[in-house]
Amino acid sequence: MSDVRIDRVDALGMITLRGAVEVLAPTVESVLGLDLPDQRLMVTAGGRAVLWMSPDEFLVICDHSDAPELAARAMAALDGQFATVAVVSDARAVFDLQGGDPQAVLSKLAPVDFAALADAEVRRTRLAQVPAAFWRHADGYRLVCFRSVAVYVQELLENAAA
Amino acid sequence: MLILRCPYCGLNGEETELSPGGEAHLKRFGPGSDDASFEAYLFLRNNAKGVHFERWRHAYGCGKWFLAARDSATLEVYGTYPAQTSEPPADIFARIADRGRG
Amino acid sequence: MSTRLTTGGRLIDRSAPRSFTFDGRQMRGYAGDTIASALLANGQLVMGRSFKYHRPRSVVASGPEEPNALLSVGEAGRFTPNARATDVPLIDGMTARSQNAWPSLAFDIGQINDVAARLLPAGFYYKTFMHPRPLWKHLFEPFIRKAAGLGPAPTEPDADRYEFRYAFCDVLVVGGGIAGLTAALGAAEQGARVILVERSSHWGGRAPVDGVTLDGQDASVWVKNAIQRLDTYDNVTLVQNCEGSGVYDHGYVLCTERLQAQGPRERVWRIRADRVITATGALERPLSFAGNDVPGVLLASALRDYVVNYGVSVGDRTVIVTNNDDAYRTAKVLVDAGLRVPAILDARPDPDSALIRYIKDLGVTVHTGRGIAKVLGRDRVRGVAVCLQAGEGAVMQEIACDCVAMSGGWSPVVHLWSHCGGKLWWDADRAMFRPDPERPPLGADGQGFVTAVGAASGALTPQEVLNDAAQAVGATAASCETVVEAPILPVWVMPQGANRQLRAKMWLDYQNDVKVSDVRLAAQEGFESVEHAKRYTTLGMATDQGKLSNINGLAVLSDRLDTAIPDVGTTTFRPPYTPVTIGALGGEARGSLFQPLRRTPIHDWHEARGAYMEPVGQWRRPYCYPQGHETHAEAVAREVRATRSSLGMLDASTLGKILVRGPDAGRFLDMLYTNKMSTLKPGRCRYGLMCDENGFLMDDGVVARIDDQTWLCHTTTGGADHIHGWMEDWLQCEWWDWQVHTVNLTEQFAQIAVVGPKARAVLETLGGMDVSADALPFMGWADGTLGGFQVRVFRISFSGELSYEIALTAGQGQALWDALWEAGQAHDVTPYGTEALHVLRAEKGFIMIGDETDGTVVPQDLGLDWAISKVKDDYLGKRGQERVAFHKPDRWKLVGLETLDGSVLEEGAYAIGEGTNANGQTRTEGRVTSTYYSPTLDRGIAMGLVARGPDRMGDVLRFTRIGQGPVEARIVSPVFYDPEGEKQNV
Repeated sequence: MSDVRIDRVDALGMITLRGAVEVLAPTVESVLGLDLPDQRLMVTAGGRAVLWMSPDEFLVICDHSDAPELAARAMAALDGQFATVAVVSDARAVFDLQGGDPQAVLSKLAPVDFAALADAEVRRTRLAQVPAAFWRHADGYRLVCFRSVAVYVQELLENAAA
Repeated sequence: MLILRCPYCGLNGEETELSPGGEAHLKRFGPGSDDASFEAYLFLRNNAKGVHFERWRHAYGCGKWFLAARDSATLEVYGTYPAQTSEPPADIFARIADRGRG
Repeated sequence: MSTRLTTGGRLIDRSAPRSFTFDGRQMRGYAGDTIASALLANGQLVMGRSFKYHRPRSVVASGPEEPNALLSVGEAGRFTPNARATDVPLIDGMTARSQNAWPSLAFDIGQINDVAARLLPAGFYYKTFMHPRPLWKHLFEPFIRKAAGLGPAPTEPDADRYEFRYAFCDVLVVGGGIAGLTAALGAAEQGARVILVERSSHWGGRAPVDGVTLDGQDASVWVKNAIQRLDTYDNVTLVQNCEGSGVYDHGYVLCTERLQAQGPRERVWRIRADRVITATGALERPLSFAGNDVPGVLLASALRDYVVNYGVSVGDRTVIVTNNDDAYRTAKVLVDAGLRVPAILDARPDPDSALIRYIKDLGVTVHTGRGIAKVLGRDRVRGVAVCLQAGEGAVMQEIACDCVAMSGGWSPVVHLWSHCGGKLWWDADRAMFRPDPERPPLGADGQGFVTAVGAASGALTPQEVLNDAAQAVGATAASCETVVEAPILPVWVMPQGANRQLRAKMWLDYQNDVKVSDVRLAAQEGFESVEHAKRYTTLGMATDQGKLSNINGLAVLSDRLDTAIPDVGTTTFRPPYTPVTIGALGGEARGSLFQPLRRTPIHDWHEARGAYMEPVGQWRRPYCYPQGHETHAEAVAREVRATRSSLGMLDASTLGKILVRGPDAGRFLDMLYTNKMSTLKPGRCRYGLMCDENGFLMDDGVVARIDDQTWLCHTTTGGADHIHGWMEDWLQCEWWDWQVHTVNLTEQFAQIAVVGPKARAVLETLGGMDVSADALPFMGWADGTLGGFQVRVFRISFSGELSYEIALTAGQGQALWDALWEAGQAHDVTPYGTEALHVLRAEKGFIMIGDETDGTVVPQDLGLDWAISKVKDDYLGKRGQERVAFHKPDRWKLVGLETLDGSVLEEGAYAIGEGTNANGQTRTEGRVTSTYYSPTLDRGIAMGLVARGPDRMGDVLRFTRIGQGPVEARIVSPVFYDPEGEKQNV
C-alpha cells in the first residue's frame, strides 16, 4: 500500500497570459514582480508563480481571490498591445500528492520520464485519458487538470495510490 | 508508437500525447479557384511510401501544431519544425538526402 | 506413471506444501511448482484433449511454448481459461479444470473425431460447411462451437484490478538467463539506465538446468552473484514474472508483469527504451514421428526441467530420440536421478562428441541412424517401434518405455526481434532462422534499436552465448568450459521416407491438430504460400501461435514444394509473445475509471434531484427530471409545458466558450463563420455557422462581441474542444501572421438558462442589474450583478421563449442556481433537461448539429441562407459550397413534417419515392432528422430533409415505419410554434 496522500487544493487562482515574451515580460515583472520562466519551467516567488505553457502562453498562479485584480492590472498594463489576459481559476482542479512515492503513482498514469524532469519543470501531458500538468511541489507533486474531470482524476490518483 | 520532438516546447512527445493532422504543406484554394486545384487541395494526398511531410499537434502538451518529416515505411524521423512555413527547412532536406546516399 | 522424486527440484520448497484441486480432485504440490509439475507429481499425466480430434494430451513442454496443457484456472471473478499449466505458478487452494473434454477427461465422446480423422483433413470445415447456409447457422456452427477446444469465457466480472507503468531506459534487456544477465551487467557498469525483465520467477534461464559452469562456478552460484551485483546499481531495475510481450515503433516495448502480492493482478509496463536487447533464449523443436503426441512424449529439455527444477519424473523408462547433442544432457540428468534410459535413438549416422562419449560411458545404449517408426500406446506411452531414419519405417525392434524425450534442434526466440521489422536469415548448418544483425528493426534515428543476443541470436554453446551478449554491450564475457558439439542433422520427418499412414499421425501443431499430412495436402491443393498454407491448415494459429510447429511445418511445406526453406519464408511474428489478458491491456480503465465523465458545477444537484442523465460526449447532462412514477416521456412533456407557460431552468454549462481576441480577431472570425462577425457591435450577440472546407455545416452557436478586439464564441457542447483546435489550426498553420489569440474558457464559467414568460421576473427578484427589454434587448448581453453574483447575462433563446443565459465563474454556479431556484418557486420553476431542450427548439424549427447535420449537409440545405454572408469574398467552406452538387434543384432540403394522424414519425424514417434505383431498391426522397411529440401542440412534429422540400409545401409523403406499413405526413414549415418570434422578443 502506498502512503501517498492526495488532497484537492481549493482557492488557487490562475490567469492565462498570451502574447510574445517581450510584450508580457515587463508586465509580469511590474504586476507580479516575477521574471518570465524559460521553456517548460516555472518561476516562483512570494507564493505566486508563473509557468511556461507554450512559446506565447504563460500561466500565473496566485491566491484565488487575487486573480481578478491581478488580471485587471495586467490587462491595463498591456493596453494597446497584442496580448490576452484571462482568469481561468475556476476552469481547473488542483491536487497535491504528498508523502510516500508520488512519482510511482504518476508513473502509472502519465508517459513521463521523471529522470528527465527538471526541478522547476512543468510537465503538460496525458494523465490516463485526460490532459493534465504537474510539477514538483514541496516534497511531492502538484497536479492541475480541468474542473469537469476532477472526480475522475481524484479517483484515478487514489486508485493508482491504493 | 512514434516519438516526435515538439519544436515549440522541446519535449519528446509520444504518440498518445499528440494528435495527427494529415499531410503538411497543402496550399489552400478558396473561392475563385478552379475545380482541379480545389480537388487537389481538399482530396488529393501523396500517401507516400517513403518520405512524408505531416502535421501533428502537441495536443496533450503546449497545444501547438508542428510539422514532421518522417519515412512512412521505416518510421525514421528526419526532423520536426514549426508549422509557420510553407516548405520544409533546408536542413531537413539535407538529412533526407544524406540518408538517401547512406 | 509420473511421480515426484524423493530428491531434487531446485525450484521447489519441500517444506512448503500446497494443496489444489484438479477436476475436483484434491492434490498436493509444493511452493515453486507450476500446475504442470504439480499435476505430474500427482501422477496426472493427461491434462487435456486436443482441439479437433479430442486426443488425450499431456505436457510436451515446460514453458510458455506449451500447446497442450491448457487449463481453466480459478473461479468466479478470478476464472481464467486457457492458462498454460506450465506457466502458472501453483498457489495454495488453487482450482484447475481440464478443457475440451466431455463428459470427462478420461472418457471423451469427441474422440470419435479421432477415429474419423481420415474424414477430417485440413480444410474439411471450409469444404463441408459452405452449403446449405441455413444448416451452417442452426446445425454446424453450434456443433463446432460446442466441440471447439478452448475454455469457456468467464461469466462474472473480473474481481481483480490492473495497472500500467510507464518507464524509460537506455537499455531494456528481455530475458534473465546468462545472456541477459551478462548484457545487463555490461550496460549497468557503463552507467546506462537498465531495465531487466524475466518472464519466470527465477533467474538464470537454462544454464543451471544444463549444468553449465561459468568463471569456475556452478551456474546457479554465478547467477546469484550476478543478481547481487545488479542489485547494487541504482540505475538498474530488475523485474521478474514479467514477459516482454511486444516491441513496437521507436523503442516502445510492452512487458506484462504478473503480480503475486495484494493489489493489482497484472501490470503492463509501457517502456520506452533507446535500445532493446532480446535475450529470450531458444525453443526446442519436436520431431515429427507417428504418435509424437501421445502423453509421455515430450521435449528432451522439458523433461530435464521437470527432473532438475521440480524433482518430477514423467516415467521410469525414457527413450530419447534426437538429431543433435543437446538431448544427451537429458540422458545424464535421468541417469543421475536414478531413472532408466533404455536407449538413445540418434538420427545421425555417426555422431561423435565428448558428451556422446560421456553418455555412452554411463552405460546408455546409443543407436545411431535410427528413429521412431511409431509410438506404442494411446493414453500414454507403452513403448516405441524403432526404424532406420533413412528408411520408410520398417520396424526393427520395439523398446518398452513409458516416456519419450525428443529433440529436433533449437529455434531462437526471434519474436521480439521480428515484431517491429527485424529480418531473419536461415542458418542451414544449425537448421534455424536467426536474427540478421544487418537488418534490424529501425528506430526514429534510422538506426537499429534491437539486438538479439545469446541463444535468441542462434548461439549454441555457453561460451558462444556469453561472448555474444558481452560483445553487444562492449563488455567482457565470463569464461566457461569449451563445449564442442557434433553437428545437427536436420530431420523434418521421421523416418524420412514415412508413408501416408505414418504422416497422418505425425503432429506438427498439437493444439490445432495439424499433422504433416495436412500441410502436404495444403501444398498439393495449391496453398503454396506459407501464409496461405497456414490459414488453410490453421498451422500456428492456436493460442500458442505455433511456437513449436512453425519451423517444422515450414520445412514440411518446403520439402513438398521442393523449395529451399528460406525461399518459402516464415509467417509474420506478431505481438504479443504469449496471450495477454484483456484486463491487463485495459489497465486502470475499468468501472468508474473506464472513461472520464465530465461534470458541470451543478452536476450533484441534478443527481440529487433524480435526473436521468444522458451522455453528451464525455459530459453527463440531465435528459429529464422524472417525478414520482412519471415516465421519461411524461417528464419531458411536463418540463416543456412548464417552460412555455411559466419558467424553466437549464444547466447550459457544457456549451463551449472560446475567447477570441486581437487586432485581427474580427477578420479571423469572418473567415471562420459563414456570416460577418466583424460588424457585430460590442454588447450584441449574433448566431453563426461554421463549416469545414467541404462546405459542410460543422458547428453553430451565438457569438458575443465583448469589446473592440474581443469576441466570445459559443460552440455546441460536443464541439468545444474541436472548434478550439480548429481555430488554433488555422491561426498557427495558415494565417500565422494574423494577430489573434484564443483561450478556451468553457470550464471557467457555469451557464444557466432561465427560460419562460417569468424569466425576467425571477432575475428582477434577484436584482442588481437592469434586465428590462430596453436595457437588455433580445440578442444583447450585459455584465452586472444578480443577487450579489458577478454575472454576464446573454439575452439569447434556443426555445423561442423569453430567455436569459447567465454566465458566472464555475465555482459560484451552484450558488446562483440555488438562488434562482429559490426565487423561481413563486413561478413554479421547473428544471428541464436536454430532451425538453430538443422539443422546445424543434417546435421553433431551430436546427441541432448532429441531428439536422451529418457531415453531408451544407447550411443552404437547411434554409440558413440568411446566415451566410453574400458580401464576403471568402470564408471557410465558401469554395466548397460553390460546387455544382449543392446547387442541384433536387437537393434534399429542410422542411417541417406533420403526420396526418398526429402520430410521431420514427427517427431516421425515409420518405418513400417513386420506383426503384439501379440496385432494385425502392427510391427514397427524404428522411426524418428530428422527430418529437410536441406537448405544446399535442401532436407529433418532425423536421426532415426532402427533395425540393421547400417547393412542395402541403404535399403528403409516405414515411417508413419499422414493423408496420408507412405513415403519411404533410410537408409544412419547420417553424411549428410562434412563427413571428413574438414570445422571445418581449
